[in-house]
Amino acid sequence: MSSRDKAQVLDETGLDRALTRIAHEIVEQAGGGQDVALVGIKTRGVTLAERIGAKIAAIEGTKPSVGALDITLYRDDLGLKAAQPVVRSTEISFPIKGRTVVLVDDVLFTGRTIRAAMDALMDLGRPRIIRLAVLVDRGHRELPIRPDYVGKNLPTSRRETVAVLLREHDGVDRVVIQEE
Amino acid sequence: MSWKRKDLLGMQDLDAAEIIGVLDTAASMKEIAAREIKKVPTLRGKTVVNLFYESSTRTRTSFEIAGKWLSADVINFSASGSSADKGESLLDTARNIEAMSPDVVVVRHQAAGAPALLARHLRCGVVNAGDGAHEHPTQALLDLMTIREKKGHLEGLNVTIVGDITHSRVARSDIHGMRKMGITVTVAGPPTLIPAQCQELGVKVSHRLEEAIAHADVIVMLRLQHERMQGGFIPSLREYSRVWGLSLAKLEHCRPDVLIMHPGPVNRGVELAPEVADSAYSVILDQVSNGVAVRMAVLYMLAGSKSA
Amino acid sequence: MNVLIKGGRVVDPAGGIDAVQDVWIADGRIHKVGRGLKAPAGIETVDAAGKVVCPGFIDMHVHLREPGFEYKETIASGTRAAAAGGFTAVACMANTFPVNDNRAVTDYILARAKVEGVVRVYPIGAVTRNLEGTQLAELAELAEAGCVAFSDDGKCVMNAELYRRAMEYALPFGVPVISHAEDCELAHGGAMHEGFVSTELGLAGQPAAAEDVMVARDIILAELTGAHLHVAHISTAGAVRLVRDAKARGVRVTAEVTPHHLLLTDEVVRSYDSNCKMAPPLRSKRDVEACLEALVDGTIDCVATDHAPHALSEKEGEFAEAANGIVGLETAVPLLLDRLVRPGVLDLPTLVTRLSTGPARLLNLPGGSLARGAAADITILDLERTWTVDPAAFRSRGRSTPFAGFTGAGAPWMTLVGGLKVAP
Repeated sequence: MSSRDKAQVLDETGLDRALTRIAHEIVEQAGGGQDVALVGIKTRGVTLAERIGAKIAAIEGTKPSVGALDITLYRDDLGLKAAQPVVRSTEISFPIKGRTVVLVDDVLFTGRTIRAAMDALMDLGRPRIIRLAVLVDRGHRELPIRPDYVGKNLPTSRRETVAVLLREHDGVDRVVIQEE
Repeated sequence: MSWKRKDLLGMQDLDAAEIIGVLDTAASMKEIAAREIKKVPTLRGKTVVNLFYESSTRTRTSFEIAGKWLSADVINFSASGSSADKGESLLDTARNIEAMSPDVVVVRHQAAGAPALLARHLRCGVVNAGDGAHEHPTQALLDLMTIREKKGHLEGLNVTIVGDITHSRVARSDIHGMRKMGITVTVAGPPTLIPAQCQELGVKVSHRLEEAIAHADVIVMLRLQHERMQGGFIPSLREYSRVWGLSLAKLEHCRPDVLIMHPGPVNRGVELAPEVADSAYSVILDQVSNGVAVRMAVLYMLAGSKSA
Repeated sequence: MNVLIKGGRVVDPAGGIDAVQDVWIADGRIHKVGRGLKAPAGIETVDAAGKVVCPGFIDMHVHLREPGFEYKETIASGTRAAAAGGFTAVACMANTFPVNDNRAVTDYILARAKVEGVVRVYPIGAVTRNLEGTQLAELAELAEAGCVAFSDDGKCVMNAELYRRAMEYALPFGVPVISHAEDCELAHGGAMHEGFVSTELGLAGQPAAAEDVMVARDIILAELTGAHLHVAHISTAGAVRLVRDAKARGVRVTAEVTPHHLLLTDEVVRSYDSNCKMAPPLRSKRDVEACLEALVDGTIDCVATDHAPHALSEKEGEFAEAANGIVGLETAVPLLLDRLVRPGVLDLPTLVTRLSTGPARLLNLPGGSLARGAAADITILDLERTWTVDPAAFRSRGRSTPFAGFTGAGAPWMTLVGGLKVAP
């Protein structure tokens, strides 16, 4: 743990179990895996979407479509920053129209990122249903957004941050709460 | 790598990191052109004014599309002539436009230094869309983007720029931008069209076309303006196209994977034989699509942020 | 006008004086120069202790713009600028509107100067009618009316045959022909000096050759005709070499240089600020060094400002479109004192020669010395006085200068014409 870490909320095993449960819940609600498309929100949401996609493949035998969404161009706070955030690319190689799309992100906080993601998705096509899967819901919503699948509910204070570390990016799987 | 500058006046002002920032952002913007709904809300509510003193449909249209795809409101001002004798002075026009609160003014003018003058006097950001023979930074940026796309990298490449270097803003911007990215640049043309002390810009100078393009990875052909025959720069178009024009025969001695680029519009039969312009070597049309992406990236980086 | 200037360092190269002395002026003329002078009680006294007292400076290249361009400058405003700058006399160029190519205009200028001018004004007449370069102006009449030289300055007389005839025709009047050396074809369209800076800036440049080619031609014509040729605003190493060689050969050639061509290079144009735009343009470091060297060794005979005021609207705007010309009367002496005299590049007696004795001799004018009986035209300098160039405070109507904001020490302190204080 680094000097800023206050508490570990999920360890490697806990994180994996949460994703497994989410995968099962998605499959159950959709009545199968074929129709589902997972769209991860950059950057760590994409990794989680890939992992969930792999788990669904293990459960159902067929891998669902997985895409990556960059929401920078749809953010509502662009004019308030001193310099523009870097734009990354969106890679969604399958049609959105008529699909059940599950947005995947690591931490749900104010809800603004999800709002932007929904606008971005709509510009790419008209999904039949949009659902939301998050690894951690830390509360403090500023918009009326609610997740459909949650790995862990985590009450936090505004001064804290929640850090999701993933093997593919940070060399380790864990979720910690940090002081600002 | 995000930008903290108010204006884009020339490639000379940018460092390599800023250039890469634009190229990466432009690559992301390019995806929008492939969508069914070519719009993102990023610059919604922002106003971009195209102030074009030199007529130019293609560059102006490129900026216009770029702005509109970002949901900005784009206004076209087509002013004509030089300020002194034709009515309103440049500064007065600019002040009038500023009174309408634009977020970015894109300026093309026949006088070198005009965008710099505007940038000093306007609160909003200024983008240089071409000032006299000085700079045309978005052209250089789209040229770099095209080369990087096709070759996969920039550093270590050899690029030869052929034609009227003296009067070319594209040449100057390309030279500055390419050198910053580690490209070796050669300029080639008759001595009358190479400017004073050109080699001090850090380029090789050649007066023989075949020798200059033999090892080039990319050849940038510049447009020859017909006025050059007055003033004794060249004796005739016929001689120019015979000696300096690019034909398929001349390309046989070049690298098989050489790219041909041209800022447009092409004088078919003068600097490029029609067969060359239409050949597989030519990436001229890629340049045009990349132009929109690069201009989207530039507008995003200048117009979106709180001004510095 | 009776004045006693006490205790200043009197620098009068023509009289061989460089010492602390008093200067006694009686009836507007120099009465006596010496130590501890006993002048009549009650005489107006100027305490010049710590100051430098010189024969009045003469700027032999000024554009007063009147008649015709009064919105740029008038004889009234221009001469006030001159006085503030430490000059007691100016020679004004002929490119007014109408052009000073006939006696009516010369008379007008002299009449206006008498009423409105605060320093002496010497008109320079045109060489060709309306400065068109095709027909001689009536030079005899102009000389009779009081023109002290002939020049088409602003333009170059491109026709060598015509210029030869002008030099020949002007010989009997004993006045110099002043050349604005610029081959208009070579210089065509060039808004600045042609070199690496113009290449980078994408601005059309004019090569040094455009000036050198004409200086060479004019020297050869002067040799042919025996005329006194004066090269205006010399700016290139090539032209300097030509003048040096010609003088060595015995040709009657003289030359002047502006302060800006001694202090600035084309590097300052990088800002595209048209306060840096004039003809001839600011040149390369090598050219500046050659001019400085020539000023020190006397190849260049004098400093003249080429004071060329314009309205603000004519200078603000695109560089290529802006008018050529900057003001110089109020910045010349402070800049020369701070940038050349203080670091020891030029000593005071040489400066006085270049600003006073030289121009007077060249144009055959009274002035340039503090000899007994000479008109009491005096420039008093304060070498310690610090300054900042503030165009808004200029007396000239023109505000265009590349030196705005420059600071230094050494400036004119008091200017007297005929013993009368005209500045401050």
